[in-house]
Amino acid sequence: MSTQRLGFADAARGLVARDLRLALRRSGDTLQPLGFFLVVTTLFPLALDPELSRLRDIAPAALWVGALLSSLLALDRLFREDAQDGTLEQLALSGWPFAGLLLAKTAVHWLMTGLPLVVIAPLAATALGAPYAAMPGILASLLLGTVALSLIGAVGAGLTMSLSRNGSLLALLVLPLAVPVLIFGARATALAIAGEPLGGPLYLLAALAVLGATLAPWALAAAVRIGLE
Amino acid sequence: MNELTAENLHLWRSERHVLRGVDFALEGGQCLQVTGSNGAGKTTLLRALCGLIPLEEGRICWRGRDINDDRESFHAELGYLGHDNALKGDLSAEENLRYAVGLRRRPTSSEIAEALARVGVPEVAAQRARRLSAGQRRRVALARLNLQGAALWIMDEPGSNLDKSGQTLVLDLLQSHLKAGGAAVVATHQELDLADQQLRRLALQ
Repeated sequence: MSTQRLGFADAARGLVARDLRLALRRSGDTLQPLGFFLVVTTLFPLALDPELSRLRDIAPAALWVGALLSSLLALDRLFREDAQDGTLEQLALSGWPFAGLLLAKTAVHWLMTGLPLVVIAPLAATALGAPYAAMPGILASLLLGTVALSLIGAVGAGLTMSLSRNGSLLALLVLPLAVPVLIFGARATALAIAGEPLGGPLYLLAALAVLGATLAPWALAAAVRIGLE
Repeated sequence: MNELTAENLHLWRSERHVLRGVDFALEGGQCLQVTGSNGAGKTTLLRALCGLIPLEEGRICWRGRDINDDRESFHAELGYLGHDNALKGDLSAEENLRYAVGLRRRPTSSEIAEALARVGVPEVAAQRARRLSAGQRRRVALARLNLQGAALWIMDEPGSNLDKSGQTLVLDLLQSHLKAGGAAVVATHQELDLADQQLRRLALQ
C-alpha cells in the first residue's frame, strides 16, 4: 500500500473533481440557478414596453438582481448535505487547512453557478437590448461580481448549514453583504451599455473579489467548525 | 511511550457537565473501549478527542504534543468513523473510497478492490451508495478507514447496522490495526475480544 501523503493541491483538486462529478450527476439541481437567471432576465422584455431605450435602462438591474438571486439558489445546499452525511467532518479531519478545502468547495459553487451565468449573459444582455460593444464590459463585471457573490454567500451558507429551513435566514444574512457587489456591478454594466469608461466600478468589484478570497475562507472555516460542534 | 493521552477533560453541553475529569493514556497497539449508557457522553468524548469539539478544560496529547499545537499533523494520522458513514449517495462505493482516501494519498484501483473484498462487499464497487443497504454502507465506511492508513482510529459504534459477521469483521480489522502498532478509541457496547494488554476500558456515567 502506498502511504505517501499527497500535497494540498492534489487533495483540493480531488475535492473539486468529486464535487464537479456530483454536480453533473444532479444536473437538474445544477441547472436550476442558470434557468432561473435566464427566465428572470428574459421575462423583463416580455413584460415591459419593448422600447430599446427603456430595456437598456433596466438591463443592469435585471442582470444583476438575476445574478444575485440565482447565486443564492444553490447556496442553500453548498455545505448542508456534506454536514448531514458526515463528509464535512472527514474534510475537517483530513489534515489539510480546512479554510483551503472550503475555498475549493466554494470554487466549485462558482464553476457551477457563476461561470455558466457569465457564459450565458450575452444572450440575456442581448434580450435586454445591450449593444454588442457592451459585452466585454458586462462579462468582465459579471465575472468579478459572481466570484465575490460566491465567496460572500459561502460564509452565509456555512453559518446556516446546521439549521433546518435555513433558506430565508441565509438570504437575510447574505443579501445585505452582497449589496456593494450589486451596486458596483450594476453601475459597471450601465457604463458599459452607455459606452463610457467603466474602470472605477470594475476595480471596486475586483477589490471585493480579492477581499472575499482573502477573508472569506477564514470566516467560512470558523463558521463551519461551529456548525460541526 | 504513550501515543494518546487525555488529562482532566471537562466539557459542558448546555447545562450538562458531560465530561467530568476524564483521564486516560493509550500506547501504540492498544485500544480504549469507551462504554456508558445512552447520553453518557461517548460521542462527545470521541469528537473532543478528534478536535471537533473544543474542551472547556483539560489537554489531549498525541505523541507527546498537545493536539491544538499542530492540529493538522494530528489529523493527518487520525482516521474517524462517526455515526454517519460519510458516503455520497450519488457516487459509487469505489468512487467514494477513491475521493475520500484521495484527500490523503492516491489509492490504486486494486487497493480499493482489495479493501472492499476485505470488508466483504466486493460486489458493490460500482453501485451508488444510496442503493446500498445500511450494513453495506457501514462496511464501505470501514473499508475507507482501513485504506486511509491512519495510526489512530476513533470509532463511534463501528458495528452499528452490521450483522454477526460484520461484528466479527470490526474485531478483525481492529486486531490487524493494533498488531501493526496502531492505537484505537472505540465507543461500543459490543464485547471486544482483545488480549488484556491490548484493551483499556473507560466507563462514562
